[in-house]
Amino acid sequence: MSIEVRNITKSFGSFTALKDVSLRVPSGELVALLGPSGSGKTSLLRIIAGLDRPDAGSVLFEGEDTTRRDVRQRRVGFVFQHYALFRQMSVFENVAFGLRVRPRRQRPAETEIRSRVGRLLQLVQLDWLGDRLPSQLSGGQRQRVALARALAVEPKVLLLDEPFGSLDAKVRQELRRWLRRLHDEIHVTSVFVTHDQEEALEVADRVVVMNQGRVEQVGSPQEVFDRPATPFVMSFLGTVNMFKGRVESGKALLGSLTFDYPEHPQAEAREAAGYARPHEIEVGRDDADNGGLWATLQGVNAAGSLVKLELRTGDGPIQVHLPRDRYEALAPRIGEPLYVRPTRVRVFMEGEPEAAVSPAAVAPPALGGDPLSAFPVSRVPVSAERSA
Amino acid sequence: MQPVLSSKAAAPTERGALTEPAPVRWALIGVALGFLSLFLLVPLAAVFTQAFEKGVSAYLSAVREPDAWSAIRLTLLTAGIAVPLNLFFGVAASWCIAKFEFPGKNALLSLIDLPFAISPVISGVIFVLLFGRTGLLGPWLAGHGVKIVFAVPGVVLATIFVTFPFVARELIPLMQAAGSEEEEAARVLGAGGWRIFWKVTLPNIKWALLYGVILCNARAMGEFGAVSVVSGHVRGLTNTLPLHVEILYNEYNFQAAFAVASLLTLLALVTLVAKSLVEWRGARQLAAGEAVLQGGDAR
Amino acid sequence: MARRHNVLPGLSMTLGFSVLYMSLIVLIPLAALVLKATSLTWAQFFKVVTDPRVVASYRLTFGAAFLGALLNGAFGLIVAWVLVRYQFAGKRVVDALVDLPFALPTAVAGIALTAVYAPNGWLGAPLQAAGIKVAFAPLGVVVALTFIGIPFVVRTLQPVLEDLDREVEEAAVSLGATRWQTFARVILPALAPAWLTGVALAFARAIGEYGSVVFISGNMPMKTEITPLLIMAKLENYDYAGAAAIAVVMLGASFLLLWGINLLQWWGRRYSTAH
Repeated sequence: MSIEVRNITKSFGSFTALKDVSLRVPSGELVALLGPSGSGKTSLLRIIAGLDRPDAGSVLFEGEDTTRRDVRQRRVGFVFQHYALFRQMSVFENVAFGLRVRPRRQRPAETEIRSRVGRLLQLVQLDWLGDRLPSQLSGGQRQRVALARALAVEPKVLLLDEPFGSLDAKVRQELRRWLRRLHDEIHVTSVFVTHDQEEALEVADRVVVMNQGRVEQVGSPQEVFDRPATPFVMSFLGTVNMFKGRVESGKALLGSLTFDYPEHPQAEAREAAGYARPHEIEVGRDDADNGGLWATLQGVNAAGSLVKLELRTGDGPIQVHLPRDRYEALAPRIGEPLYVRPTRVRVFMEGEPEAAVSPAAVAPPALGGDPLSAFPVSRVPVSAERSA
Repeated sequence: MQPVLSSKAAAPTERGALTEPAPVRWALIGVALGFLSLFLLVPLAAVFTQAFEKGVSAYLSAVREPDAWSAIRLTLLTAGIAVPLNLFFGVAASWCIAKFEFPGKNALLSLIDLPFAISPVISGVIFVLLFGRTGLLGPWLAGHGVKIVFAVPGVVLATIFVTFPFVARELIPLMQAAGSEEEEAARVLGAGGWRIFWKVTLPNIKWALLYGVILCNARAMGEFGAVSVVSGHVRGLTNTLPLHVEILYNEYNFQAAFAVASLLTLLALVTLVAKSLVEWRGARQLAAGEAVLQGGDAR
Repeated sequence: MARRHNVLPGLSMTLGFSVLYMSLIVLIPLAALVLKATSLTWAQFFKVVTDPRVVASYRLTFGAAFLGALLNGAFGLIVAWVLVRYQFAGKRVVDALVDLPFALPTAVAGIALTAVYAPNGWLGAPLQAAGIKVAFAPLGVVVALTFIGIPFVVRTLQPVLEDLDREVEEAAVSLGATRWQTFARVILPALAPAWLTGVALAFARAIGEYGSVVFISGNMPMKTEITPLLIMAKLENYDYAGAAAIAVVMLGASFLLLWGINLLQWWGRRYSTAH
């Protein structure tokens, strides 16, 4: 079942949680609402569920207006951040709850309830824990029970509020992958809220990046990571290095960085900032005078698949991630001046949220490491799917 | 962290099946208020109505009567002895229970709760059985001309017994929750025992202390059953205010009985107000102790 | 367990004082009670505590206390719910007033209730006309014991209600439960341990209650005498041993109740999960 929200606004007292938000979720997709605290993502989720009412706007399920409909009638499954399991009931009774509270006519027979609950517990791999109480389970197990419980009523839409937020890192990763596989199996339209960008990028079909009550960008994980529509999206989805300066007469002059920027051929200067990801920066010893800058190496962190370099220029720090072999070939020393040249820079002009991606002149291809960095560089400004 | 505002700030009407329908709500409020009015307000009103039944001057003369005055004096004396003593005990007991480990600690804790568990009459009986004429120590006391039961000392002792848990019960969970780190830090810095107590421990417990003292005092001044057993009911000598009320009532002097009772009622209302104030000001302190009491883990 | 090195001063002084105080005030007098009761032979003891008049007082004391506790259980739940979940004018005052039975001297409560329910009282008169006798009848004892127990159920339930996870109610509703189903299947079971504890506490307090009851009960032997009164009566007749015997029975009941209440609280904690 597809979900659409149109022009949703919601305030709590003087705090505006959602400002004119619109969004479409096609049937069967797994969508992530990603953003920092206060971005409005949980408020939006709860409005879709019917747990809160919007001040303005509408919610449509499969084209039908459900804004006024009570949460009971919406056939949504909701999984809470802290599980909200019924403490006095066993795991079995928790999962069976939705079936037991149905009006007599719609209630399945006891044997039917038993087999359904049994199958669900098997699906979440907890069938051996049916008689336990929630207090006797681990966090990951409780979350799976919460999921099974939500699925028991065969919802048209599955909504998850930071489902893995309270769990250890390792458990979180396992459950993440498990959720993805589950979704591939049952294909229920699902929306989940998270502040963890890694989680969103790894699990979702599409990512909705939200900030301060607005949608900043909607796109596939690759799109939002690689072609961010706003500086916020870019910096939220990973580390960035920022270079401030201006653009004029077809050139970008950001600190010591200079390169061609035909998108702004006017002589009139405009303030701008360029953003480069740490793995899209080249480091060398010769300055071929192609618009890079000199920086001093301050620190190296070699633990991990990529080697992380900390450099410093007159304008501030720069973070670079190099593949291991490149680092070993370079063999830099602390304190050594190195030549730094970004291979991809996204430029955002002051007052304009749209990004233009510009190559640095004569950019050699980046080696190994991140598959996204091998994506061909485009000179066309990317237009993001924004709220209507 | 999402803003805490989410579901709690919504008005009841918005929340659909998440709260009761309005008629149900109002009915429940009505039942609750009706029940409380019936059992609490009506008797309260009765006290004052009866007290002033014969007018203000009758009220005043009942209150100013010599026997009433001695009752007031005895009540004040009793509370004046019992409350500080129990305060001292409460602080000492909670200090050693909260900061130390020693054998028999659990026994001490259970014993402290004892007066709450037993009937006030029994609380008085035990002193009669100890100090009465045919009690354990009776002959010895008679031989030395010391009168405890059916005299003022007995009244004071019985009052101490029924009120001693109040301060300790407030302080123990609080001090357990607070732990000993601050005091240990002070010790490392070279502070002596008294200084540690005055400067470090006391500020952390002052609201709970006050709360315990208020409750202790209310009970000390109002205790009836235990005191009734040990007092001997000698007018003008061994009658506290509650006992004086009983005497007047049994003599069918209702108006005077209620007049004196109204004094105690005013004391009760003042206690309630003081209690609310302390709860409001010391909310965090009291809540920390309450959490331990509910969870019970620190015991 | 290894002997812990106590860093802070004052252990011997405070512990010594506490033990001394407890002994003087509590242990020794209690010992005197038990000693006195053991001065009777078993046969004598039995005779005293099973005397018809005493048994009648047991029936009244425990029966009325039970009824009062149940009444408080029902209405106390409503009061606690209303105080925690709803807003209305004067709520703070009502909340403070719930503690009145704690703060008011029992003798004052006793005469006030008697005045209200006596045959010529505000409520006693119309009830009398309807054929219901409250004062000087067992019903009056029930009224007094209900009064005395009001704070117990309300104050035990309030913190539990306040801590109830609203998300659990939302979960129930999202799964299709009506408000009543949510209340009956989710909220009430969560409240059960605290509710039972409150009722048990009210009951424990009520069986020992004296001051609020002796005025309204009328103290008619075999009909409206409560057990604490009988103890008093025996004392006044210098039958110390008899008084001690009945006191021991009541003490036994109190300790049994205390133990049960501790069990209840342990049971309640069984369901709590650490977040």
